[in-house]
Amino acid sequence: MKALMFGWEFPPHILGGLGTASFGLTKGMAQCGDMDITFVIPKPWGDEPKDFARIIGANTTPVSWRDVNWDYVEGRIGKVLDPQTYFDLRDHIYSDFNYLNTNDLGCIEFSGRYPDNLLEEINNYSIVAGVIARTVDCDVIHSHDWLTYPAGIHAKQVTGKPLVIHVHATDFDRSRGKVNPTVFGIEKDGMNNADHIITVSNLTRKTVIEKYGISPDKVTTVHNAVEPLSQELLDLEVPPKHEKVVTFLGRITMQKGPEYFVDAAWQVLQKVRNVQFVMAGSGDMMEKMIRLAARRHIAGRFHFTGFLKGKQVYEMLKASDVYIMPSVSEPFGISPLEAMQMGVPSIISKQSGCAEILNNVIKVDYWDTNAIADAIYSIIKYPGMYKQLREQGLEEVNQITWDKAGAKVIDIYKRLINR
Amino acid sequence: MKSICFYFQIHQPFRLKTYRFFDIGNDHYYYDDFANDDIITRIAQRSYMPANQMLLDMIKENGKKFKVAFSISGTALEQLEQYVPEFIDSMKELADTGCVEFLSETYAHSLSSLVDPEEFIAQVKAHDEKIYQLFGQKPKVFRNTELIYDDDIASMVASMGFKGAITDGAKHILGWKSPNYLYKAASAPKMRLLLKNSKLSDDIAFRFSNPEWAAYPLTADKYIDWIAALPDEEMLVNLFMNYETFGELQPRESGIFEFMKALPRFAAEHNIEFMTPSEVVSKMKPVDVLSVMHPISWADEARDTSAWMGNILQDEAVNKLYCLSERIRLIQDKRIRQDWNYLQASDHFYYMSTKHSSDGSVHSHYSPYDSPYAAFTNYMNVLSDFLIRVREQFPEEIENEELNALLLTIRNQEKEIEELNREVEMMRNNIVKDTTGDFAPRVEEKPEEEPEPTKKISVKKTVAKKSPAKKVSEKKSAAKKAPAKKTPAKKSAKK
Repeated sequence: MKALMFGWEFPPHILGGLGTASFGLTKGMAQCGDMDITFVIPKPWGDEPKDFARIIGANTTPVSWRDVNWDYVEGRIGKVLDPQTYFDLRDHIYSDFNYLNTNDLGCIEFSGRYPDNLLEEINNYSIVAGVIARTVDCDVIHSHDWLTYPAGIHAKQVTGKPLVIHVHATDFDRSRGKVNPTVFGIEKDGMNNADHIITVSNLTRKTVIEKYGISPDKVTTVHNAVEPLSQELLDLEVPPKHEKVVTFLGRITMQKGPEYFVDAAWQVLQKVRNVQFVMAGSGDMMEKMIRLAARRHIAGRFHFTGFLKGKQVYEMLKASDVYIMPSVSEPFGISPLEAMQMGVPSIISKQSGCAEILNNVIKVDYWDTNAIADAIYSIIKYPGMYKQLREQGLEEVNQITWDKAGAKVIDIYKRLINR
Repeated sequence: MKSICFYFQIHQPFRLKTYRFFDIGNDHYYYDDFANDDIITRIAQRSYMPANQMLLDMIKENGKKFKVAFSISGTALEQLEQYVPEFIDSMKELADTGCVEFLSETYAHSLSSLVDPEEFIAQVKAHDEKIYQLFGQKPKVFRNTELIYDDDIASMVASMGFKGAITDGAKHILGWKSPNYLYKAASAPKMRLLLKNSKLSDDIAFRFSNPEWAAYPLTADKYIDWIAALPDEEMLVNLFMNYETFGELQPRESGIFEFMKALPRFAAEHNIEFMTPSEVVSKMKPVDVLSVMHPISWADEARDTSAWMGNILQDEAVNKLYCLSERIRLIQDKRIRQDWNYLQASDHFYYMSTKHSSDGSVHSHYSPYDSPYAAFTNYMNVLSDFLIRVREQFPEEIENEELNALLLTIRNQEKEIEELNREVEMMRNNIVKDTTGDFAPRVEEKPEEEPEPTKKISVKKTVAKKSPAKKVSEKKSAAKKAPAKKTPAKKSAKK
């Protein structure tokens, strides 16, 4: 079965959870066998893993004809794309896009990030999708998140193949209710045009059905999974510590509920002194949180590390005794699963999608700081609690693998194709 | 002639209120009075009371040929006394018919049989006393919490003088054997074993009103036919179930009460009689010896004890609780002893079970908590406070043995003082009789008390000083002096 996927991020150059999830799912589907996946991203770097999907960059897809020879193409973009693919794509330019800002190869430049002119980039991406859809043979089209919905719709119109859209988040999650009408419009349009919608949790499924008015029988939940961690990360050594460490790791934004963490920390510190609280990450609420901690007179026990990347994340987890994610609204939330992989007992909000599939974590309402504090206290005070969560959590998370999620997606494909 | 032996179990734990870590050391009351009152009152109204009436009617109708046994935990009795006193009266009425036997068990519905033999024996005695006090019976047959049983427990039970015990007819123990016989315990051959017939018991307790069950609807004549159709040699059918079966698990509308009422009539037709466990033990002969190496229970598919002691959480909670038991045996404080009882109820540990199979769903159904982790956290917070209170009773540095010795001397002194007082009084009385008339002694009594405390203290001090002096160990003597002084000081302060 041939799938044409549109995504925005792909490891190792990722900005958020979307890239990790798209990658995991693609790999999981490839493991199920008999899958031929073409994955389109705005701007490949050349070091993306290619063993289970062919990667085409939007920025290397010509939209206006340039008379270039093989060697020139090889020299310019050989690292990221087979020149033959370039020429195949060039044969399928369907309109005159010379009015657009194109380069020497007739391609549009993409940042591959989330720039200020994001809407323009989304639009360009869907123009490129038209070329790709005419070139690449596929049975089904799969769009990851709202940025790629227009591209998916375009590809569907060109090929007539069924469109699956994958909702990794909605604007209701990102904005805590204050929805951007343009984004909502793109999302709604994608959902209307999709033949099937995959959501990453029942929570998101509910949002799609209730807030976007989509028929429930068109929406299926496929929970995310995690990639096993490399031995190198599992074996990370951290300096010995003398105090318990409770860690919040993620963007410090309204959506992640950092203020509830500060409040729970304050409560715990009334009773126990030898605990350190770490808020790792950055975001628009960071300064506010620093001030809040100071006002509560717990700044001495509260640490802000700033943004952590790559290995630093796992070092932080390794040094933690408790991981906490009090998100107000989290479509899925992959990071508690990573914490569990590192053997860190986790506390998550019931408003997180991953709470639907995890048993060996503590689930609390994000606003219930009493319960959060109780859970922290229990894990750092009662060895049995720590041990049970650590051991059972590890066992549980190791069962949550991408190939199972991949198989579910393939089932959905089959149903659509045979319809 | 075949016999049916009914035994019904009544147990309710004292559920804990939400107890936060802030409360540790500050709040010493642990129970959710509202929930406890609410639940027992509801179950009593829907089940216990109408079921008692049913049994009373059945006994009256059948001329005392219908007999049953009850096992009621001490904690349930306390709640019933407090919230549904009319149930106790109704139970007394049943007891007076002579057709109802009360079984022995641990007062707190505890797991002590598995972890703490001394505590176990104490609790069984406490429970038997309670039963005697309420219903005037001395239990002869023992039934452990959740039918937990193994050879070690059998020895303990036999040593307490019980003639029989009740447990589950677990398949992995019985193998090809049938539960429909009387057995004897391998470790205590004089003790008889009654085994639960799971199939026939659960037909009533769990399947009775299930329309998807092949045998639905179950009628009394059908049921008795099944029993009558058992091989002739299988003489005993033990039907053990929760008393909530009637009216709660199987709602009144299902016809469960009418089903029960009809049983004796059809039983009589087939010449099947009803017996109490102690009658079974005295009248029937055991056919074989049963050895149980690892503890069994009546819970879950595995019939083991993993629902209470099967994960790290439960192990920690159980260990932390029972490492206090030696110390608590030295404590007289009534509230501490009461909490000690309530905290031992097996239910608290059941709520912490993480078995997620089909069994696990049953666990969560009965749990007042969201998750086993929440149950553990709440219980451990309570236990932490309890620990503080236990430690406050006596300084922690003193070893249990030493403390025991000190307490013994104090108690001996008390006796001594009492004797001396009596002597003094006698002598005074003699003097008074010699000198004055009738009410003079009363007047005299009061000033008499004056010298007492001073005497007490002086006596105690001398003895207290003596005790460390006797043991010549120089190093410890300093440490010993301090607590030795403290304890009498406390005593006198109380008085």
